[in-house]
Amino acid sequence: MRRGTGRRSWRRPLLGAVGLVAMFGLWEASVRIGLVPSGLLPAPSDLVPAWLDEVRGGFWQGAIRDSMTHYLLGLAIGSVLGGLAGLLCGAVPVLDALLSGVVRVLRPIPGLAWVPFAILWFGLDTAGATFVIAISVFWINFYAAHGAVQSIDRDLFEVAAAFGHGGFGGRLFKVVLPAAMPGLMAGLRTGLGQAWMSVVAAELFGVPGIGARMMQASSLLATDLVVIYMLTMALLYALTDMAFMLVRNRILGWQG
Amino acid sequence: MVRLRNVGLSHDGARSFILRGVDLEIRRGEFVAVLGPSGAGKSTLLRIAMKLIAPTEGEVTLAPAATAQGRPAGLVFQDAKLMPWRTVQRNVELGLEGLGLGRAARHARALDALRLVGLAEQAGRWPRQLSGGQRQRVGVARALTVEPALLLMDEPFGALDAITRAGLQEELLRIWAQTRKTVLFVTHDIDEAMILADRIIVLAGHPASVRGDLAVGPRPRDRGAPAMQILAERLRALIAGEPDPAGAGYWRASEI
Repeated sequence: MRRGTGRRSWRRPLLGAVGLVAMFGLWEASVRIGLVPSGLLPAPSDLVPAWLDEVRGGFWQGAIRDSMTHYLLGLAIGSVLGGLAGLLCGAVPVLDALLSGVVRVLRPIPGLAWVPFAILWFGLDTAGATFVIAISVFWINFYAAHGAVQSIDRDLFEVAAAFGHGGFGGRLFKVVLPAAMPGLMAGLRTGLGQAWMSVVAAELFGVPGIGARMMQASSLLATDLVVIYMLTMALLYALTDMAFMLVRNRILGWQG
Repeated sequence: MVRLRNVGLSHDGARSFILRGVDLEIRRGEFVAVLGPSGAGKSTLLRIAMKLIAPTEGEVTLAPAATAQGRPAGLVFQDAKLMPWRTVQRNVELGLEGLGLGRAARHARALDALRLVGLAEQAGRWPRQLSGGQRQRVGVARALTVEPALLLMDEPFGALDAITRAGLQEELLRIWAQTRKTVLFVTHDIDEAMILADRIIVLAGHPASVRGDLAVGPRPRDRGAPAMQILAERLRALIAGEPDPAGAGYWRASEI
């Protein structure tokens, strides 16, 4: 039994790797045999020298450092504020009702639409990019936390009260936070991916980073550089998501 | 141990009552069953007795905790209601948190209670890994570990299969004989009340009130004994609101 599940747990990532290799193989082959003109799509093998050039010039490392700064700051600020606001609105019906109109007005506005104000208020630097990323992450976490609090088994509040934890602190720490944790974690994870998309948007208007470097490259039709930064972003997302899942699985071990 | 005087509960400002004119006294060491049809307000009465719900009228006197580091009452819920994010051990410790006990002392006391219900081996597991019967035993341990003066049980075995249920009834009697707790046990099952209790209080009507208060014969109980069958008939009549087949309209425990 254990052997069986052990083998199966390896099969999925292995197949995933096979699919990835196959994609790059097909891509390389279709450019090599001329199915796709190399001017429209660079072959993977052509990317390596271009990437080495970027690394030697220090552009690649610099872009990663800048984007990671925007990403982590925006993610942290947006997640913490969004999670807290969602928890509060989920737990306090009066506040929820009071803010329902405000939420409806602000919610549909995408982070990108805030770019002019980001420039005006924070300037063309880290703060501006952070602001745009934080906004897009905020709503994801707001709704995740809100929903998580709303779906708590109400009976658990009575359990807490029956065992001496009926006050505000008891309800919050013995019930609301642990019960809402899976929902909060799901929101954080969605935000983790969404924030990378916003990084590009936030840097498009000139704040240095991966997005800005991609814009420069595409204006020069340097498609190999664009692809390099696309893959870089995918790699960074995979790493952050993996690191997050390690933490999440430790915290939510009870879910099995 | 607990005394209710002319207790009534209304949710609409005394226009209609769920319970009214309930007089009840439970003495130290007694095992009392509250028997009545579903929806008669038995669970509500239990929560009033432990002061989790304040009555609209009348008064409740509950003996204080037996020890400085205990609670006046311990409640066992209908479907265990364990917190899924806590291990078995930490679920049992819930009521001990906030009593000024150190970590080691909480741990030792919870483990003692788990030993009493035969689940010490499962202390490190998650609730989802237990069977329904095991979960309910954890619920019993959680209530016992606060060393309550009064142990309240709200149809604790109602959701279990017949075999598990019979086993747990036996185990409860063993624990009761061992700890000599005062027990107030809510059930809608006449058989269960007769097997477990010294005294059966029938709660029925709209608003619900005490229809009868009957003593049950010596232990161990024999379901087939003629006296038990007569008692079962009387209980059935009292619940249904029919005249008492044994004669008088309202029977006190002392009259049997």
